[in-house]
Amino acid sequence: MTSSRLFSLATTFLIFILAYALCIAQFPNMLSTRVIGNLLTDNAFLGIAAVGMTFVILSGGIDLSIGSVIAFTGVFLAVAMGDWGVPPLLAIVLLLAITTVFGAVMGAMIHYLAMPPFIVTLAGMFFARGIAFLISIDSVPIKAGLYDTLHGLYFRMPGGGRLTFIGMAMLAVFLAGILIAHFTSFGRNVYAIGGNRQSAELMGVPIARTTVMIYALSSFLAGLAGIAFSLYTSAGYSLAAVGVELDAIAAVVIGGTLLTGGSGYVAGTLLGILIMGLIQTYIVFDGTLSSWWTKIVIGLLLFAFIALQRGLVWLSARRSGASAAIPA
Amino acid sequence: MTGPGLSTFRRILPQLVALVVILALNTAIAPGFLDIAYANGRLYGSLIDILNRGAPVALLAIGMTLVIATRGIDLSVGAVMAIAGAVAAALITSDHSLAVTVLATLGVGILCGLWNGALVAFLGIQPIIATLILMVAGRGIAQLVTEGVILTFNDPGLIFIGSGSLASVPFPVILWVFLGIVVSLLFRSTALGLLVEAIGINRRASSLAGIGTSALLLAVYAASGLCAAVAGIVAAADIRGADANNAGLWLELDAILAVVVGGNSLMGGRFSIAGSLIGAMIIQSVNTGILLAGFPPEFNLVIKAAIIVVILVVQSPASHTLFAYFKHRPGRAPDAAPATPPARETGKEAAR
Repeated sequence: MTSSRLFSLATTFLIFILAYALCIAQFPNMLSTRVIGNLLTDNAFLGIAAVGMTFVILSGGIDLSIGSVIAFTGVFLAVAMGDWGVPPLLAIVLLLAITTVFGAVMGAMIHYLAMPPFIVTLAGMFFARGIAFLISIDSVPIKAGLYDTLHGLYFRMPGGGRLTFIGMAMLAVFLAGILIAHFTSFGRNVYAIGGNRQSAELMGVPIARTTVMIYALSSFLAGLAGIAFSLYTSAGYSLAAVGVELDAIAAVVIGGTLLTGGSGYVAGTLLGILIMGLIQTYIVFDGTLSSWWTKIVIGLLLFAFIALQRGLVWLSARRSGASAAIPA
Repeated sequence: MTGPGLSTFRRILPQLVALVVILALNTAIAPGFLDIAYANGRLYGSLIDILNRGAPVALLAIGMTLVIATRGIDLSVGAVMAIAGAVAAALITSDHSLAVTVLATLGVGILCGLWNGALVAFLGIQPIIATLILMVAGRGIAQLVTEGVILTFNDPGLIFIGSGSLASVPFPVILWVFLGIVVSLLFRSTALGLLVEAIGINRRASSLAGIGTSALLLAVYAASGLCAAVAGIVAAADIRGADANNAGLWLELDAILAVVVGGNSLMGGRFSIAGSLIGAMIIQSVNTGILLAGFPPEFNLVIKAAIIVVILVVQSPASHTLFAYFKHRPGRAPDAAPATPPARETGKEAAR
């Protein structure tokens, strides 16, 4: 099992290197720290959200609400700092508390009502975007000293590229995600639930607490992603970040995490994000391709990886004696 | 025939009551709500408008009901609508006849459905993920067809499908009512419906019992694609153009909501197309009611979220246990049997 898991991750890594090499062969300028810096900055909010999605998918669930939570975050921060006069730091703390509680409520509903995560987080998606609409339907600019400070906070890489604050934040979140997934009991519980819920329960894994924590973590990170997004755009808009949940799911899958749960790496998701960013960068460099090719290529990649996963599962089931556990 | 008819009526009674309550509320808000006028050869009025505006969601809900009955889900219907609209507009503007255009578009819809069905039936991918692929890529494909612009057309035949009227009833209404009746008859007066429900309850067991589960799954997803194509033609004909970016955007969620509001369990295993159609009308009535009440349309989403939460609580196994506990009286017991079989865990295992 471990070998096939590593195989997925290695495939993703190989595809990333190969794709990047092909890009460089066509456009030598793509091998610069500027491109790499932009790759990290442009995908920072998506990356942060995708870490939360990785945990959710590892546990065998799904979270459709993150795009809406990101939009809500932007609008809430813009209106709180602008119209309500809340100090920026307090607004951020308040916001993260709200989104975390929001996620915890969804997790509790999933566990205690025994309902599919899909439909519960769908309600969450409607709710968060609805509240964002109710706060403001306009695109509200954010003017805060804190934001200017954070904009000025970047690390100049050799070659002129900038590692911006949100780029660094994404890398930090990924590092934290890897540590949580592999070195805490919470991480082990997530893998256990995703692997086999019943066995996990029998082994004494606290299912209720872990489920609530998984969705709370996902929404907390969506809130964090929303902050990164509002830093990136310097505005809050309730129609922003539509469909980000799909991009995040795609990144997680391309990163080699098994959609049935229980198997995958947070680090793989980072590779998934980078591959998707690379496709976009390539289309920008090419100039003649339309942006809708991004969607088609991501769809194809999704299919390729899902087919690969099925193949691996099928192979390992065959190798382990072709017992009755093979799905019909 | 009165037996099955009566049981269907009893099953969709809660939905009917909800619809009547919402319509009554709307009438209380806007006194002229129930008025229906006749002008220019067709009927006008808020009620007719609800039937007409709800057509795309109602059409999608027909196919979605069948898919959900097999314990599946079809996320791609919105994208398939966009593809269908794009194909129809592209064909009609390059001087193909109406019949060719419509047939080719329906064919494309069925192809999209077959793709989803093949992923689910043969590769064994979970439906939500299998259809996610087309949901992500579908709009790109639609834009490829329209070459990135909103393709407009003036063909009176195609426009008729979206805004014409037959016997003074708007044509989209006739379409969804007709399709709903045909599909209901096809599945309910044959064993097909029973077989579809069997797959939803336990696919492995159905397969072992000799049901051609793979072929049925293919057919069900193809039906969903077909319904999405019809909805796509209606949506495109209504605005006289194919908008690859916005046609059918988020309608997959409305369609799922309509199915759930219609009293169908997301766990599969039982379905009522009439219920789903009433569900679609409930959603549209709520939308219209919010507008009539003068609330900003933004309230829509919050109210939809509230509706989902209420239905979840009612449908959840936990509250079924609670109901059974309170209703456990002699004579009532057989009636209060939980409708959803506690097969969730075993089903999850089977899906691996």
